[in-house]
Amino acid sequence: MEIPYTYKARPDTGLYNAKVGIWLFLASEIMLFGALFSAYILLRVSAPDGFWPDVALAWPRGLLNIPIGTFNTAVLITSSVTVVLAWAALKMNNFARFRWLMVVTVICAFAFLGIKSFEYNDKFSHYVVRLKDGKAVTGHLEVNGKHPGFWNFADQWSLGRLEAEKVEHIEIAVDPARDIHGHVKHVEGASHDHAKQKIATADIAFLGSYTPATHPFFAVYFLITALHGLHVLGGALVLAYFAFPGAKMWKTNPEQFTNRIEVGGLFWHFVDLVWIFLFPVVYLL
Amino acid sequence: MSEQSHNAAASHDDHDHDIASHIKTYLIIFGALLLGTVITVLMYYVDFSSMAVTVGVALFIASIKAFLVAAYFMHLMSEKKLVYSLLVISAIFFTGLMGLTLWGTHDTPKNTLMKTVYVP
Amino acid sequence: MQATDTHAHAHGQKGHSHDHHEPGFFSKYIFSTDHKVIGVQYGVASLIFLFFGFLLVLAMRFQLANPGKPIPVVGALLEKLLGSDMAPGGNLSGDLYNSFGAMHGTIMVFLAIVPILFGAFGNYVTPLQIGAPDMAFPRLNMASFHVYFIGGVVMFASFFTPGGTARSGWTSYSPLASVTDLANRFDGQTYWLIGMVFLITSSLLGSVNFIATIIQLRCRGMSWMRMPFFVWAQFVTAFLLLLAFPPLEAAGLMQLMDNLFGSSFFLPQGLVVNGTALAVSGGGSPLLWQHLFWFLGHPEVYVLILPAIGIVSEVIANNTRKPLWGYKSMVYSTMSVGFLSFIVWAHHMYLTGMGTKIATFFQTTTMMISIPSVIILTALFISLWGGSIRFNAASLFALSFLPMFGIGGLTGLPLGFNASDIYLHDSYYVIGHFHYVVAPGTMFAVFAGIYYWFPKITGRMMNETLGKLHWAGSLFFMNCVFAPMFIQGFKGMSRRMYDGGTTYFEGVDPTALSLNKMITMCAVGLGVAQLPFIINFFSSIFVGKKVSSDNPWDATTLEWATPTPPPHGNFASEPVAYRGPYEYSVPGAKSDFTPQSEKP
Repeated sequence: MEIPYTYKARPDTGLYNAKVGIWLFLASEIMLFGALFSAYILLRVSAPDGFWPDVALAWPRGLLNIPIGTFNTAVLITSSVTVVLAWAALKMNNFARFRWLMVVTVICAFAFLGIKSFEYNDKFSHYVVRLKDGKAVTGHLEVNGKHPGFWNFADQWSLGRLEAEKVEHIEIAVDPARDIHGHVKHVEGASHDHAKQKIATADIAFLGSYTPATHPFFAVYFLITALHGLHVLGGALVLAYFAFPGAKMWKTNPEQFTNRIEVGGLFWHFVDLVWIFLFPVVYLL
Repeated sequence: MSEQSHNAAASHDDHDHDIASHIKTYLIIFGALLLGTVITVLMYYVDFSSMAVTVGVALFIASIKAFLVAAYFMHLMSEKKLVYSLLVISAIFFTGLMGLTLWGTHDTPKNTLMKTVYVP
Repeated sequence: MQATDTHAHAHGQKGHSHDHHEPGFFSKYIFSTDHKVIGVQYGVASLIFLFFGFLLVLAMRFQLANPGKPIPVVGALLEKLLGSDMAPGGNLSGDLYNSFGAMHGTIMVFLAIVPILFGAFGNYVTPLQIGAPDMAFPRLNMASFHVYFIGGVVMFASFFTPGGTARSGWTSYSPLASVTDLANRFDGQTYWLIGMVFLITSSLLGSVNFIATIIQLRCRGMSWMRMPFFVWAQFVTAFLLLLAFPPLEAAGLMQLMDNLFGSSFFLPQGLVVNGTALAVSGGGSPLLWQHLFWFLGHPEVYVLILPAIGIVSEVIANNTRKPLWGYKSMVYSTMSVGFLSFIVWAHHMYLTGMGTKIATFFQTTTMMISIPSVIILTALFISLWGGSIRFNAASLFALSFLPMFGIGGLTGLPLGFNASDIYLHDSYYVIGHFHYVVAPGTMFAVFAGIYYWFPKITGRMMNETLGKLHWAGSLFFMNCVFAPMFIQGFKGMSRRMYDGGTTYFEGVDPTALSLNKMITMCAVGLGVAQLPFIINFFSSIFVGKKVSSDNPWDATTLEWATPTPPPHGNFASEPVAYRGPYEYSVPGAKSDFTPQSEKP
């Protein structure tokens, strides 16, 4: 006996197997990301009042690069519409159009990941320095005239490492000041171009980059976006497979192939959907 | 078997017009999503002076965008009952998870501290 | 979606030629996509893990009864393998005792019981009972087993990591789990988390497959209310796994971040370990871990018991020669149990400093969930009434499941109430309670299932005399092991003392301590009582009595309508279900059973 309903819909449910499967999988994905968003909310509401970095564990706002984030959102939305158009192209028996739309989708996916890794890298070389007099400074770090952590997550500085390597002072390209909403303050006459500030190691009470160990915000930001990024990568690989080696099936069983694109598309839209919530939650709020 | 499916695919030609109108919808939704993204970002620069309003506005726009994606791109506008019931179940449990966890961590005996405090 | 590829290949060949050439060893036994082979793979692997988990607890029990004395035979071996700071002089050190405890829990729950109920019985029997040729996604099914196996290997390997395996309990509570080995970030706990991520992924793949199979592949005539109760139990179980496991996967990833990257998801501010302030940012919430863990943890309890009830129902209906009493109410109860199990989890957390409102909420839902559970058990008891019961090994195990599960369930009530739980929490009472559910409960159902379906799987019967011996020994020793724990618990003995409470109880209450000795002897007895089973199992595969028909138990459900053992693709011709699953002793019928597939 063959397995029934692999691509024909079962009459009483009106669905083929893979579609039931993907919706079940998406239901479990809702719980996965739901748990992470719950963790985000819980950590955030239990954070102390006040403004980061002045208050050490207060919830930071406006730390992420909004223009880049907006652009990335647009990239992902574009890939979402191209994948549904690709499916429609197959429905209209237009394989050539399907293929180039799929290629656009995959390119968008990798563009998204590339931009994201650029953002990640920026955070790895971004530091918060807490001085012994209670003041806090944030900005890109320079040690011995070099930007550490550039494309290298492992090259991180801490106070302990500064002391161990007998670095007497560091330089910080100080970030522009922000108001309580995380918006950049426009102070009359002040220069906005990341003025460099020299800080002696002896004055530092704490030094840490924008990485998970420094603040729960970074922990939750990196975890959710990395998991989302893995979904993007996985989805992109599957879609790329459908566009090229897997497309052989169009010749043998076009109906099943169209179904596969639909199922792959459903996953892809879900990834987009997560980002639609993720973007305002981590970038804007 | 495969002949049958070719025929099935061919019968799609009848729906070509139908699909063409779908494509138009997809492009309109695409525009709406981009517009929504721009509005969300603009709202960031508006000072609502209340965090609750800020969060509410951002999540409201995000929900509309999510609805558009789910309803049109994922075809939830015209899906089978089975899929709806599945999504309702996971929505209920998701709400339970988030709601009860938050309630559970915030309903504490008197004089206990749940919020992290800032010690300079 | 990948699964359908096999289909495309078949089109290229002339006709249905997949039976023509014999597949090689690897494609037949290791990379098989046949649900029956995968079921057997799961069964064998989980029985091995079950045995291993039992050995761990035997070592622990010996130490509890004889603190300070070296463990016979294995003590020296442990010292050699794990180093003298772990097992000094053949004793379990506190750390090693904790490791064994944590791994006993993890292995039993995630590597033994769930895989054997869901992976082995579920995989083998479910498609047969609904008249399907295979699972909906056979290759996903294979991947599910392989991922499970990798998870098991990672868990097992963690015993040999520097610093030893996980030792923060099977619940892996933070911050303890993140601070046990600060010098070594890639410690046993990290292995544990990685292993868990594999096991969770495996369960997710499995549950998607089960639900899709049950929804889509029911044969003609197999309406929802004609499904055997076992299939219903698997269906609800699959939903529990599908929706409850992802939050634990999320939590596991967060704890992995805490362990590997020094983040503070679950670490509060101002944490002091061994007198020194911990160099972490803080700001996390230890309660968050517990919430996410028990959000899985409680539905998991029903994952452990619902398929067991399913097996017992099949065996009881068959051996009482009567339809199940209240089949529909059992089905609806199972669904209610499944639904409610998602909103009772915090009754494991009464001692975390909960407010009264939330505690009352969870106590109420906990009492509510006992109602459908009792309905199921009552329906099974009433099913016995007036039946001419056949007492074979399978039915004896199934019958003794009922009171054992009853004890386990009823002793859970004091733990569900906030006020009494505060006294009993973390005592041996809790150990007694959940072991009654899982050991004499679920394990008896597993044994019943093995005796019942063995002839279908191998084509040979198991030996009845050895089976009855196995049953008698198991029933006696199980009760001797777990019943005294209630007494110890009432006397206030904590479950976490590696010397069995000698430090606290000597001179205070000698009975609590003397019970330790008795429990240990009975635990050894329980191990000995499994010998007839092991002998029976292996000898029956080769020399057991051959079955005379495809339906040796005169059963009604569809799995008995296949050839024995079922070939790839299961049914010789497309099965049709003409009637309900338990048409036993129907008045006017020509025999006392009417198979589902028999034409009216």
